[in-house]
Amino acid sequence: MNHRSLDVSGLPSYKFGHASLMWWGLMGLIAIEGMAFALSVGMYLYLWSQAQQWPLSAAPPDLRWGTLNVLILLASVYPNHWTKRVAEDGDEAKMGTGLVVCSLFGVALIGVRALEFTTLNCRWDSNAYGSIVWLLLGLHTTHVVTDVYDTVVLAVLFFTPGPREGRRHVDVSENAMYWYFVVWTWLPIYAVLYLMPRLTS
Amino acid sequence: MPVQEILASAGPQAAHIEALWWVTLAICAVVFAGVLLAVAWALLRAPRGDPATPPDLSSLDKPERGTAFIVIAALALCTAGLIFLTVASYVTDRRLAALGAPEVQIELTAHRWWWEVRYQDAEPARMFTTANEMHIPVGKPVLVTLKADDVIHSFWVPNLAGKKDLIPGRVATLTMQADAPGSYRGQCAEFCGLQHAKMALVVFADPPEQYQAWAAAERKPALPPAGEQAEHGREVFVNGRCAMCHAIQGTSAGARTAPDLTHFASRATLAAGTVPNTVGHLAGWILDPHSIKPGVNMPANPLDPDELHALLAYLGGLR
Amino acid sequence: MNPVLEQTWRDPPGLWGTLCAIDHKTIGKRTIVTAFGFFLAAGILAALMRLQLARPENTLVGPDLYNQLFTTHGTAMMFLFAVPVMQGMAIYLVPLMVGARSVAFPRMNAFAYWVYLFGGLFLFVSLLFDIGPDAGWFSYVPLSGPQYTPGKRADVWAQMITFTELSGLLVAVVVIATVFKLRAPGLTLARLPLFVWAMLVTAFMILFAMPSVMLASTALILDRLVSTHFYNPAEGGDALLWQHLFWFFGHPEVYFIFIPGLAFMSSIIPTFSRRPIYGYPAIVLSLISTAFLSFGLWVHHMFATHIPDLGKSFFTAASMMIAIPTAIQIFCWITTMWKGRFDLRTPMLFVLAFFFILVLGGLTGLMVASVPLDLQLHDTYFVVAHLHYVLLGGAVFPLFGAWYYWFPKFTGRLMSERLGRWQFWLFFVGFNVAFYPMHHLGLQGMPRRVYTYPVDMGWGALNALSTAGAVMIAASVLVFIVNALGSRRGGALAGENPWGAGTLEWATASPPPPYNFERPPVVRARDPLWEPVNEPPAEPTQVVGLAERVREALVTTVVDALPSHRLAFPQPTVWPFISAIAVTVMFIGSIFTPWAIVWGGIPVAIAVTLWFWPKRRETMADLAVEKRP
Repeated sequence: MNHRSLDVSGLPSYKFGHASLMWWGLMGLIAIEGMAFALSVGMYLYLWSQAQQWPLSAAPPDLRWGTLNVLILLASVYPNHWTKRVAEDGDEAKMGTGLVVCSLFGVALIGVRALEFTTLNCRWDSNAYGSIVWLLLGLHTTHVVTDVYDTVVLAVLFFTPGPREGRRHVDVSENAMYWYFVVWTWLPIYAVLYLMPRLTS
Repeated sequence: MPVQEILASAGPQAAHIEALWWVTLAICAVVFAGVLLAVAWALLRAPRGDPATPPDLSSLDKPERGTAFIVIAALALCTAGLIFLTVASYVTDRRLAALGAPEVQIELTAHRWWWEVRYQDAEPARMFTTANEMHIPVGKPVLVTLKADDVIHSFWVPNLAGKKDLIPGRVATLTMQADAPGSYRGQCAEFCGLQHAKMALVVFADPPEQYQAWAAAERKPALPPAGEQAEHGREVFVNGRCAMCHAIQGTSAGARTAPDLTHFASRATLAAGTVPNTVGHLAGWILDPHSIKPGVNMPANPLDPDELHALLAYLGGLR
Repeated sequence: MNPVLEQTWRDPPGLWGTLCAIDHKTIGKRTIVTAFGFFLAAGILAALMRLQLARPENTLVGPDLYNQLFTTHGTAMMFLFAVPVMQGMAIYLVPLMVGARSVAFPRMNAFAYWVYLFGGLFLFVSLLFDIGPDAGWFSYVPLSGPQYTPGKRADVWAQMITFTELSGLLVAVVVIATVFKLRAPGLTLARLPLFVWAMLVTAFMILFAMPSVMLASTALILDRLVSTHFYNPAEGGDALLWQHLFWFFGHPEVYFIFIPGLAFMSSIIPTFSRRPIYGYPAIVLSLISTAFLSFGLWVHHMFATHIPDLGKSFFTAASMMIAIPTAIQIFCWITTMWKGRFDLRTPMLFVLAFFFILVLGGLTGLMVASVPLDLQLHDTYFVVAHLHYVLLGGAVFPLFGAWYYWFPKFTGRLMSERLGRWQFWLFFVGFNVAFYPMHHLGLQGMPRRVYTYPVDMGWGALNALSTAGAVMIAASVLVFIVNALGSRRGGALAGENPWGAGTLEWATASPPPPYNFERPPVVRARDPLWEPVNEPPAEPTQVVGLAERVREALVTTVVDALPSHRLAFPQPTVWPFISAIAVTVMFIGSIFTPWAIVWGGIPVAIAVTLWFWPKRRETMADLAVEKRP
């Protein structure tokens, strides 16, 4: 009785962007982690409001490596956007290249981040200021590491021979969205950690 | 029976709160009755049905206007009630802040699990320290400054005022006043560990002259021991472990990590209100505090009978 | 039953199948049963507490054990029973109510269950080994900090939080994605059952509130393990920072528990009043506004601190105002009952209990919402009474009603009405006998969290009465267990729709087949099963065209539920279980050494990678039906 049935067999097996389930999963993650970042910044500002002086008996973190990371992250936006676009176009060869390039940016970021930790001018156990600085930086670093790992795994996947479903392209597209989250959350955290203590001293 | 009740206010702070309580209770009782009556009415009025009864879908076609009116009216009443309660709460807040300039100032420091009570004065020589007990003059405002030494505690004497937390790293204040003479029990009201349950204190509200007399006696150093046994007891105290934690003004014992015992014998209770201050309980406490209040910082003190009785004699004379 | 679909969608049998299962009904039932297990365990702890408090200066339980008991009771009830059981109900029922074949991300859903189970076991095993937490379910610092709680007790608590928050957050994401993207065609947001609205709202709240307690507990573990100073006032930290972070989560948390209770009310009342709910749009808006408002109340747990008075007054006003959306829902329910045809079966009895118990609890809530009143009532047994009245009245009584209501759907058999009434009355009377006297105890000056109290305070009689009530509650729970176990085998067969209800979960077999609906419905009304019979014949009523040998489900658009694409869902797999084990090792290890994050992270990364790595057989099967956009 066809006239009483809705035939969906002609529909595609996947879609990009907010039509996909994966996008919603990622947005959930972004909501959770974004809230965690917002609350950590809140913790930083709260502890500052309780202190007589800030930073507590330390110089603000050295600008060099953090600022370099800002530049690396901003520079990574284009390859990230390109990879997302070719994923949505379905060009597998370009996708593989894009994933490798993004992975390299990520590895560079991790390297600079390691140097960043050494020039914070405070230890996590010296006082509450040191603790919150390390927590904020540590939270962001966790996301950098997991996203880079995810990107590398996808790159390996795309260079592995064998049949592949088209919806793996959605995974690449959403992974790019996650990288945007990593980039855009760094900017306010950088401002809080590096710029704010300097503006008010 | 010790007095520790919210609805038996003996001072203006507790009285303002009690007044708000009765107003709020009245409104809440009316609302509660209203809701129950509405549910009962619905149950009684509605005809019976069961799973086989066809569902009544008439409401999908025509909006139920008369019903909407009743619901909105009920809601408006509730909102009015809530606004009233909010305003009443705020008014009570303002009243609580209206107590006059304090005539007695006490610095209360909470420890695990006892209260250090230090009476402030413009002249440092007139300050004195006691523990687990406060005396205040009837009819005069008292300012209590609240500090904590270790974890969060809460000072609460319900007959006189609401509670306030004592938070390490912070200083808070609470004002209270007793309008009727008597003794009012209070208890720590923020979970502070093993013996949170046994961290009480007593506030004695005395007529002003009696209070002055008490304060004058407290300012004096400890009474000298009366008799040989008590003298021996003082030696036991000062030369033994007691002096490592407890202070007695007028002796060389000056440590502050445990209650000040200068006028110990004039206190009504022992171990922060846990047991009455009698010879028997004191003996048990000295020999093994953990039999009365397990986990306290005070160690057991195995004294031989001579030393124990001497010590009891000495402490018993510290009025 | 369609054998091909059944073969495609079912979980494997046996023990291996238990570890690999990803069917949302399996995971949902498991979550509910596990949560009930924790409910029983936490209830036994409460019984021990009540026995200790039945007499003044009792020596049944000493202070150390008592402090572990009340801490574990609260922690387990809140984190291991109340929130997970509601999530379990959502996981089981939401896909059925929206006409879907599965939840979104079924493997992640399974992983979340295992993480929850392991975290809960971690807490109770620690209690058995005398390293149970003992600083209260809210674990205030500095008491729970490194100086005043040596050893691992507070770390056990804090890391259990990490387990349960991870689990809760993942399930919240699953619920949101399911509700937004997997609804049957035609099931617009305006036609969404109120149960689904409530679970959706709850899931959103979880996303924004749980990170706060994750941060707080992580900072606590860091203070204790690697000497950070978040909460150490001597080095610039602040004891109140803990309270802000904890209660910013903690207040919304009680709404994670209460709002699903409202979901049950809005599901049971229309069915047992034989009419659609009155005021659907008002109820939806009330749910949403309750969720928003609940984020603005947290300081009412901190009224006794030195926070400035003006700030506190704001929170009094907000705490009073949140009563309004709840009042709206109560009035709509009463109206529905009044204008309907009344069926007083067991689910409805539990619903009626709400109007007594929750309303009383809400009214005492207005009392403690006032700063001056709270300064007397805070941290006394009055608050113990209040919180149990709102939690049991608002959530647990409706939950039992929900169990009687949906048990036939879960198992195919009805529970016994007679035992149901026995259970109800024992529970209702026992609850009031146990908890009503606590209001008076609080007014008579009895503080909370005390392992004993002096003889001469005069609190003995009411405490003894309260303990008698606790015994009645225990008896009622026993009756429930007997009823549930007995009815599973011998209850009357339920059929598809024993209650004559209107929502989609009743449009399939009881229990539903693994694929839920052979032909997913096309929805044209709010209560699809009550829709009038004479519908235009040209409109489609069911979906065809989904593959039968591949797990295909229909993805639709967010607002209007128009068909979007056919998504291939994953096969059962053991990787969620293995990943959960790896995560457990990492979490437990990291309370002993921070390096566990690094060494423990490696197995986690490997397990998760293998989980997501495409399997050739699945890929080939999906490619056979794939259509690229």
